[in-house]
Amino acid sequence: MISYNLRKLKSGLMQALVWLALIMALIPLFSIILEVVLKGASSINIDFLTKPTPTVGEVGGGAANAIQGTLITIGLASLVGIPVGLMSGIFLSEYSEARLSYAIRFFNDVLSGFPSIVIGIFGYTLIVLSFGFSVIAAAFALSIIVIPIVTRTTEEALKLVPLTVREAAISLGIPRWKTTVSVVLNAARKGIVTGVLLSFARIAGESAPVLITMGYWRWWFAGLDKPVANLALNVYIFAISPFENWRALAWGSSLVLIVLVLGANVLVRILTRERY
Amino acid sequence: MTTSNEKEKRKQLEAVAKVELPVFASPYKFELEGLNAWFGTKQVLKDINMKIKDRTVTAIIGPSGCGKTTLIRCLNRMHEVVPKARVSGRVLFNGVDIYNGNVDPVQIRRKIGMIFQKPNPFPMMSIYDNVAAGLKLNGIRDKKVLSPIVERSLRMAGLWEEVKDELDKPGVSLSGGQQQRLCIARALAVEPEVILMDEPTSALDPIASSRIEMLIRTLAKDYTVVIVTHNMQQAARISDFTAFLFLGELIEYGPTDQIFENPKNELTEKYITGKFG
Repeated sequence: MISYNLRKLKSGLMQALVWLALIMALIPLFSIILEVVLKGASSINIDFLTKPTPTVGEVGGGAANAIQGTLITIGLASLVGIPVGLMSGIFLSEYSEARLSYAIRFFNDVLSGFPSIVIGIFGYTLIVLSFGFSVIAAAFALSIIVIPIVTRTTEEALKLVPLTVREAAISLGIPRWKTTVSVVLNAARKGIVTGVLLSFARIAGESAPVLITMGYWRWWFAGLDKPVANLALNVYIFAISPFENWRALAWGSSLVLIVLVLGANVLVRILTRERY
Repeated sequence: MTTSNEKEKRKQLEAVAKVELPVFASPYKFELEGLNAWFGTKQVLKDINMKIKDRTVTAIIGPSGCGKTTLIRCLNRMHEVVPKARVSGRVLFNGVDIYNGNVDPVQIRRKIGMIFQKPNPFPMMSIYDNVAAGLKLNGIRDKKVLSPIVERSLRMAGLWEEVKDELDKPGVSLSGGQQQRLCIARALAVEPEVILMDEPTSALDPIASSRIEMLIRTLAKDYTVVIVTHNMQQAARISDFTAFLFLGELIEYGPTDQIFENPKNELTEKYITGKFG
């Protein structure tokens, strides 16, 4: 009887510990969201969404140019990074020899662990030094962040699809590539979408590589070979500024970033939701 | 109007069922000549010679690891899908060697369907899409062409009555036995000539198993069925011919009655009477 009570006590203790850990993990999450929403919501208005960055001493102004710039930059980075990552993941899971995959997977993991500022410097030396600060340079650096994330999650998602499903398709006389595209990718799409969203959220908030490849720019988009404003950099520059309206801009930009990532999450989940 | 429609349908079907393999008159669907198979350096089939008659059920029996599954996977070139797997010898299908360099394995597999040990409907696909998958992925998207084929295949697999009102439900939501019949319907939809079955009832309960067994007998009227089974009673019940495999060698092959009632080889007798296995 004593040992049973002891066991119950231990079980209760463990449960309490797990709950505690959960609460500790959720506190920062909710306090950040609450803080950003409370402080950011008040600075979001028509001006914020339609006007570009104000100059020193200018009253009002907005972050419309930064929203535009962020969408263009991460859009371009995703356009390059997602297909490359997807195909690398497919290669690793479906076509590669075991030893080759091992090597590629290792280097891919190393790449995904790279500090983003190092990737920024890579983009700087490779593109900025010859072509100057530009959207292309920033998108290039960000796409290098996207590739390993998408590669890894795609590979993992594809590996979860049982071998027997592939064999079923092949035994129906469906060519290998069609089996991969129509049956295997389809079965794994939930996991793949998760990876894509993860990478999207990650680069939406990146500031270091963007700063190094594009610099801070306060005007509207003027071409892929020129820099453009950016939400994450808005936060970085304005949060420590001496002007009240600039700091409000930083809070607003933070909120827009969070909403952007959340919105993309919800939208993509709806578009790719499982019917079953 | 109708005739042009019919013609169009026919054309689409023929495009898929495109027979690029010449057919020689032969009472045998398969003729295996000196078939050897390896996984890496391990030889799993040794010099198999056997002929399989059209529209019969042939059961392949033998203890675990004797090469039964490998043997039927050699018949539709699924063996080579596994890395490092290798085959030598000849497998004549309708008189044509399917291992001859000009034969496209994809075409072969369209003519020779396969049912696996564990039911494996495509995840994230409805019942309808599962059955239509083989045709859809070969380019037929017209529902007017697909729907009759889906219905016919499900009827042949004895599943139609159970699922006709819920064709858009996921294939994986069915019970195990229903899933296996769904897989049979899926294989039938591409209009094969042969159906290979790899222990199709080993994951099913007795009632679901007996439904599949009855189905196999019905299928044998139109198709050649080759079935691997661990269950000797099943082999005796449903097959016309039985092959006994041991350690990769074909020990005995003949009419099922003779194999079970009057085996010529001592090993066969020991195996079917349960002295080892």
